[in-house]
Amino acid sequence: MNKASKSASYIALVAASAFAVAAHAGPDEDSLTINGETEIVTETAAPDHLSDVFDTIYSGWRFRTDETQSLEMDDFDNPGMLTVDAAMEAYATAEGTVGESCQGCHEGVETFAGLTPTMPKVDEETGKLVTMEDAINDCRTERMGADAWKWSGDDMQGMVALIGLQSRGMPMNVAIDGPAAPFWEQGKEMYYTRYGQLELSCANCHEDNYGNMIRADHLSQGQTNGFPTYRLKQAKLISKHNRFRGCIRDTRAETFAEGSDEFRALELYVASRGNGLSVETPAVRQ
Amino acid sequence: MNKTLGAIAAATVLGTAAWAETVAPTAVAYDDYGAVEASLTGTPGDVENGAVLMNKGAGNCVACHQIGALPELAFQGEIGPALDGAGSRWTEAELRGIVANAKKTFEGTMMPSFYKTEGFVRLGNAYTGKAHEGDVAPLLTAQDVEDVVAFLMTLKDE
Ligand code: HEC
Ligand code: HEC
Ligand code: HEC
Repeated sequence: MNKASKSASYIALVAASAFAVAAHAGPDEDSLTINGETEIVTETAAPDHLSDVFDTIYSGWRFRTDETQSLEMDDFDNPGMLTVDAAMEAYATAEGTVGESCQGCHEGVETFAGLTPTMPKVDEETGKLVTMEDAINDCRTERMGADAWKWSGDDMQGMVALIGLQSRGMPMNVAIDGPAAPFWEQGKEMYYTRYGQLELSCANCHEDNYGNMIRADHLSQGQTNGFPTYRLKQAKLISKHNRFRGCIRDTRAETFAEGSDEFRALELYVASRGNGLSVETPAVRQ
Repeated sequence: MNKTLGAIAAATVLGTAAWAETVAPTAVAYDDYGAVEASLTGTPGDVENGAVLMNKGAGNCVACHQIGALPELAFQGEIGPALDGAGSRWTEAELRGIVANAKKTFEGTMMPSFYKTEGFVRLGNAYTGKAHEGDVAPLLTAQDVEDVVAFLMTLKDE
């Protein structure tokens, strides 16, 4: 066979196999309403900065089985709500040398409505990129005289989810210009870097192959609008950085630490790929 | 190659196998299209072990490919084309090149380079998430590559 006819038959083969898998490729057609009242946007036009790669962005919820999906449709079925309830208690409990609770200074947690869609964001005074975990630990160590919480511990992720819950249904809308621009560029660079011995980038899986099966996993676009998410496999609420760490480790790479500046930058970039999708936390994933 | 020549070649391979040098990952000779003519070990591939590697650890080809000949393997991926008929579509040399370093055949492909030890970004210590230290082993050994190629050569069009 000469090269030309070989590549022609190769293309025919690819077309045939694409046809064969079309039945389960891509997101499903379901729509998400939580507790019968909060409508969640799980599909919307891609933000401008992604227009050359995507027309449409989808929540990870659209790639899960009906069974997993249903756990997120009612808070009574959502196993992540237990951790959120515990955070509600912590919110009202005084801790640390100052003897104040979150509530003492911030009043009701609903005052945080609208904050999560803008996170992470750059602190005007310090010029640092601040995640929700940073803001919470800042209050604990600087304003309460309490110990910092571990990045991916239940205390921390429960609180991140509780604050996020106040914005459930609101569209993600992180800023990527002005002082955020250099962090965003750093995160973008990471997103397209092929890490590890398997030489795989986030984009290889979540941009080029969303909708396809990789072994037993139905690949989504790797969006973060559902975070912290309750992950059935880990049986707990997991942080974005924990998920990033797992995805990079699986390429047989040296990963980055949770709470590292690299992951802060990546968090901003990945969040910006989901601008327009609803805040969904605590989402439920497999 | 005529029969006599083939027999002589086979005899030579047998005769030299004991001291034949394994081709190092850094010394593999790829042609302009990414094919590798010479065996990496001089020892013929073991089809059965090749089939095992489709599903195993570092090989794990079914993570990305469907293989109709191995229906017992659950959850076959759909990242790359099905491998059915690969042994008719490609020559042995081409398959050796694809398995050793598919990026030489398909520029920029997502398929990992299985017989390569250099040029990685943040190479880890297997799946621990920690940095790699010391010598780098390729994902498949030279003989694994030969075994996989031998298996792929059995995947003929019906
Ligand atoms: C002693 C008072 C005090 C306590 C106690 C306190 N905070 Fe704060 N918090 C502040 C102040 C002051 C700010 C900065 C001003 C602002 O943005 O509201 C702030 C900022 C924040 C922010 C960032 C708000 C933004 O718009 O960027 C978050 C999130 C937050 N606090 C959460 C918490 C949580 C959760 C707790 C309990 C673990 C807590 N805080 C305890 C006083 C407090
Ligand atoms: C080898 C393929 C692969 C690579 C490379 C990869 N991931 Fe993933 N990722 C997965 C799989 C599989 C899942 C679980 C199923 C899904 O949601 O796609 C997942 C899930 C996720 C999720 C959770 C999505 C949700 O809805 O909860 C995020 C976020 C994510 N990945 C981000 C990343 C980032 C950022 C990178 C690059 C640092 C990356 N991934 C690299 C395979 C990959
Ligand atoms: C991470 C996904 C991935 C893994 C793992 C993987 N491949 Fe591939 N493979 C691909 C992709 C994608 C292509 C299509 C080439 C391209 O990019 O154009 C491909 C192409 C091929 C081809 C040529 C396609 C054809 O015409 O039949 C062969 C043969 C092949 N792979 C064999 C293997 C073998 C053997 C293994 C295991 C040792 C393996 N692959 C592991 C992704 C993968």
